Amino acid sequence: MPTIFIDGQELQVKDGENVLEACLNAGLDLPYFCWHPAMGSIGSCRQCALVQYQNEDDSRGRIIMGCMTPVTEGARFSLQGDKAKEFREAVVESLMLNHPHDCPVCAEGGECHLQDMTVMVGHSQRRYTGQKNTYRNQYLGPLIHHEMNRCITCYRCERYYKDYAGGKDLGAQASHDHLYFGRHEEGVLESEFSGNLVEVCPTGVFTDKPFLKQYSRKWDLQSAPSICTGCAVGCNIAPGERYGKLKRVHNRYNHEVNGYFLCDRGRFGSGYVNSDARLDYAGIKKPDDSFMAVHQQQALETAAGWIKGKKVAAIGSPRASLEANYLLREMVGAKNFAAGFSDTEAPLMSAVALILKTTKAQIPSIKKIEAADAILVLGEDVTNTAPRVALALRQSVRNKSFELAAQMGLPQWQDAAVRNLAQDQRSPMIIVSAMDTKLDDVASECISLAPDQIADLTVAIVAALANQASGNNEQANQIAQILQSAKNPLIVTGSSMLNLGIIDGAVAIAEALCTDDTSAMLSVCVPESNSIGAALLRSGSDDAIGLTLSDLVNNAPDVLLVMENDLERRLSPDEMHKLMGKGTKVISMDMLENPTLGASDMVLPAASYAESQGSLVNMEGRAQRYFPVFEPTAERLPSWQWLLKLGAITGHKALSKLNHFDEVVAACANSQAEFTDLARAAPDNSFRDRGLKIPRQTHRYSGRTAMNAGVSVHEPQQPHDTESPLAYSMEGLNRDQPSSLTPFVWSPGWNSNQALQKFQAEVDGPLKGGTAGQHLVVSSTMGYTAISSLSKGASQQVKSTAVKMQPHQWQLVPVHRVHGSDELSVNTDEIAELAGCAFVALGAVVAEKLAVTDGDGVVLGCGDTQLSLEVKVLRRVAKNCVGYSAGYKETLALQPATLVTLTKDAKWQRREPQLIASDRTIPDPIILDPNIAKGGSAHV
Amino acid sequence: MEKVLTRNIGFDQKPTDLKAYEANGGYRGLRKALADMSPKDCQDLISDSKLRGRGGAGFPTGMKWSFVPGEDKCGPGHKYLVCNADEMEPGTFKDRLLMECDPHQLIEGMILAAYTIGADISYVFIRGEYVLAIQRLRDALAECYAAGLLGDNVLGSGYKLDMYVHPSAGRYICGEETALINALEGKRANPRAKPPFPQVSGLWGRPTIVNNVETLCNIPHIIDRGAEWFKSLGIGEDAGTKLFGVSGKVNNPGCWELPMGTPIREIIEVHAGGMQEGYQLKGFLPGGGSTDFLTHEHLDLAMDYNVIGAAGSRMGTGTMIILDDRTCPVGMVLNLIRFFAHESCGFCTPCREGLPWTRQVLQDIEDGRGQPEDLETLAYQVNYIGALGNTHCALAPGAMEPLQSALKYFYDDFKQHISSGRCPYH
Repeated sequence: MPTIFIDGQELQVKDGENVLEACLNAGLDLPYFCWHPAMGSIGSCRQCALVQYQNEDDSRGRIIMGCMTPVTEGARFSLQGDKAKEFREAVVESLMLNHPHDCPVCAEGGECHLQDMTVMVGHSQRRYTGQKNTYRNQYLGPLIHHEMNRCITCYRCERYYKDYAGGKDLGAQASHDHLYFGRHEEGVLESEFSGNLVEVCPTGVFTDKPFLKQYSRKWDLQSAPSICTGCAVGCNIAPGERYGKLKRVHNRYNHEVNGYFLCDRGRFGSGYVNSDARLDYAGIKKPDDSFMAVHQQQALETAAGWIKGKKVAAIGSPRASLEANYLLREMVGAKNFAAGFSDTEAPLMSAVALILKTTKAQIPSIKKIEAADAILVLGEDVTNTAPRVALALRQSVRNKSFELAAQMGLPQWQDAAVRNLAQDQRSPMIIVSAMDTKLDDVASECISLAPDQIADLTVAIVAALANQASGNNEQANQIAQILQSAKNPLIVTGSSMLNLGIIDGAVAIAEALCTDDTSAMLSVCVPESNSIGAALLRSGSDDAIGLTLSDLVNNAPDVLLVMENDLERRLSPDEMHKLMGKGTKVISMDMLENPTLGASDMVLPAASYAESQGSLVNMEGRAQRYFPVFEPTAERLPSWQWLLKLGAITGHKALSKLNHFDEVVAACANSQAEFTDLARAAPDNSFRDRGLKIPRQTHRYSGRTAMNAGVSVHEPQQPHDTESPLAYSMEGLNRDQPSSLTPFVWSPGWNSNQALQKFQAEVDGPLKGGTAGQHLVVSSTMGYTAISSLSKGASQQVKSTAVKMQPHQWQLVPVHRVHGSDELSVNTDEIAELAGCAFVALGAVVAEKLAVTDGDGVVLGCGDTQLSLEVKVLRRVAKNCVGYSAGYKETLALQPATLVTLTKDAKWQRREPQLIASDRTIPDPIILDPNIAKGGSAHV
Repeated sequence: MEKVLTRNIGFDQKPTDLKAYEANGGYRGLRKALADMSPKDCQDLISDSKLRGRGGAGFPTGMKWSFVPGEDKCGPGHKYLVCNADEMEPGTFKDRLLMECDPHQLIEGMILAAYTIGADISYVFIRGEYVLAIQRLRDALAECYAAGLLGDNVLGSGYKLDMYVHPSAGRYICGEETALINALEGKRANPRAKPPFPQVSGLWGRPTIVNNVETLCNIPHIIDRGAEWFKSLGIGEDAGTKLFGVSGKVNNPGCWELPMGTPIREIIEVHAGGMQEGYQLKGFLPGGGSTDFLTHEHLDLAMDYNVIGAAGSRMGTGTMIILDDRTCPVGMVLNLIRFFAHESCGFCTPCREGLPWTRQVLQDIEDGRGQPEDLETLAYQVNYIGALGNTHCALAPGAMEPLQSALKYFYDDFKQHISSGRCPYH
């Protein structure tokens, strides 16, 4: 630990860090722009200047950049001396020459790093009398708003977008004081991670476009710690609300999970929370199939009447909280409970749960994935199924460059130098998939194989690892050799191909790589935010297998409870019809109108994740708690509350004893061994910081008593949160609580998200409040045994059909899309726009044979079904395979591995190219949200 | 005086072909080195010769080469030699003469340099506007490949070297060696942070030496005739000869090869023929647009790196620009700052924003809109962006050199612009 001196003060600093990091770690305020903790230093903005002295006698010193200067034993610096301060002020003055004075109308205002730094250096007088440079803004798609005049040329956007996230279509253009950061022409940003530009940009060049349409200042947002429900990664998010609307989602730092970055599905995919398709009231179906709105109590009493003395079964949900699923299981008994997976998916999820519990391999956190030095991806297009993991994989292939840099004594944070040194040398990443993946550009090798062939390859790799290579599978031998020579090999797979053989094979490879000293890493991607939670629940019940959906279809109960699950996505139309048929009373609770609700006899409006609390178990088995950002409006209730109320009214033995969320957590924790530590995911309701709850509102939160004055002058009381340690209030501290209770970051003088460094124990390190979440599943490390009885699903089906392949037939392979494949986020306008329509993905050869190109139509024939779909031509597609858009409404009926025919659709009308229209619809200023007025008038 | 670098250059400025070059002792140095000298011997000889870089900074060439790591340190792979022929310093036209008229001299120097540092690939990164030089270099390269002077087996020695001519897309900043390397890689021509220096991690992340044209042209002669001979050429403290140039209102503007240490007065009054009639010398930039003004009092100084440095300027490229008494010094500095502001790569804040601000203030003064406080602003800018270390590279500090010295020597002119509200020279 070297000692350095800053303004005479002695500081013990970390070896290898730079002076800027050392200052920030010591709690000193040193302004910066271009440096970013995750992206290192380039020395462009010259803002973090200090004066360095040769020795004690040197009184002159020279200006150095904190971010570019490594700490050395005994080095002496001045941070507060006149020379350093004057220089830092001069830099801000320079940046301000062309920066517009538009803070009052800028979306960044109030959380602008440039504002903060300007105040910090004390620059207040303008001396420059020349003209400001102006630029044309670009249309960058529905998510990101571009305002180039505000640019201070810190290069962060380009470095993030291109270097960190692997984007190709945004960068620095032009030169001198007319640099331009944008695309080569207007158009939708291609990266799945473009939203992070909003947080990476230190000022208002890139702002959140959907947020602009319903804008509020950061200080006016009410926020709560939350977890993204977009996929199974479990990124920590900080959603913000005002006027009863979810306004935006910001990243919430979790050192081991998402770090500083989210994907665009997570950041922008919550628009459905504000959707008009949300259910407001409970409803009972009338004979004419329409619903009659009823009060909560009436609905509960009716439901109790239906349930009493009847055979009741329930279907839970992999996208509902663990607590809600647990209550549902308790209500009907484990024997009558289905976790809500489709029959194809259920065995895969059971297998993944078993893997987490037994594997010898190490299940890495997302952060740990970045440490992998050889990666084998099996069957998964990670960017589209677990996007944040893909971003981590992009960093892990850089380990080769860090190795080269270390040989030269170059620290990792010397970002430009490390990249220049390594150029395109990367750690090996082999991708075996049926089609293009978005990581192909950084892969050392891409192998295109049909899903069952991927499974076969895994067997060959395992054999090669055991030195049983027969020598005829050179590919497997090479892969085995690459993995064996790595220090931290990582196998990434997942359930997106719905092929158990691939998953089993991936585990076998990972376990074969585990020796006494090395533990290979294994990451298994699963589709939904609580897939693992639901899978654990199911396998932990009395009946190890539990009910499948087809069990219910074939043996219909009298009453069926469906919670937060659109069964249309899991059942064929015939099965759906049979299950929801006349004989069964179906009670469904969900958020958005969907076919399942439409077919139910009673619907109950459920709260979204933003209005409720619960725990989600992510792909690595980490339980994380989300808290309500705002109170549910209308008659909506969180599912767990619906179930408690239903339990109480029916006099359910166990449920009627539970009244509060913490009691549910405790009961759930006691119900099975895997959930013992569930309560540790976050502090309970009794937690207080210096006697106070944690405020959801900033201390500058404005208009609290007047917000609804346009509706009613009678000032409503603030809601009381009786279930969590968070308060709907400005009172209290947001400083020293556990990280799972941090709703937003703010520190005096640090109004932007850069205030995060005040919450971190060290720069880019864990938070002072610890890392949020709790690992529920700890592997017994006895080793995973593939249970063949579980694999009655997909993999064998594939193998049997593969044999019967005829010419002019293709095997269907699901293609996942970050925008479009997910059930909920696609109900957000912007995401729906990006998702486009359902498609068929073809290789160039097949496309040529059918005489079609991108945007043409083909008719996909599958038995009696004929589907007309848009064509996407991919770069590489495995032989005899054709992709279909997975999770899109139009293609829900398609099953993987089915054999289909393809013909050109002569009548197909090509879609018009995307209009560049959004720039013209800059939102009107919002005085009062019209929806509040609408909702309000109903009550008057 | 013996002509060394320009011995093959006549008044007609015709190119010297391979035959003519070899007839006048060309490739003798290369043959000698490949036959009798190890790379280490060459390295030591160049170090002994006290050759200093002719591109402007005057860094000792032998020392620069010595930083290239051996294969034990940098691992197997390519090493590169790059000739910096991106001659864009205002007022400088010496390298062009060498390349257009004697391309083989440069090629021989490059082969020798590459041999010394163990490079197997070399590039001539040349200013795009030098169309004639590009053509003549390419013709010469074709001759070399045909004659076995380049390729897989240079003169049968087993040494392998390829050479390419790469015309620049055109930025002044490409003359900065790391910006040049970025441009060569197809990236934005932004300078790189140092360390690491290109000698260790340069082109494509591999050890790379970047030398100026004139520097490399000296190498064959040193190898052929020895360090002592080379040192004896200089008449001051520096070794060798140098191409000196003069532009401005002199009777005979041009470029001449003269011994290092030739007095400034001799260059201007003898070789450049003195001032044109009706013009008086007011000051001069001794080594291109990014060097400080010197004036009458410096005319008897020797053109040596340290002597000019001690006088508060830099020898730079050794090509002088004369300021006469009928040209506005403010306008001249404005013209230079306008150039530098436009040529800033835009990477670091002080240069990107400070130079246009300086340009704007100077424009105001020149146009008669200047205010007394503008002089404070200019002094402030000199202090803010003129210090090495405040900026990412040396462009902005270089750009500030004519301004800071103009403020020192021609302060009255600035004041007069402001007080009279117009340019007194118009």
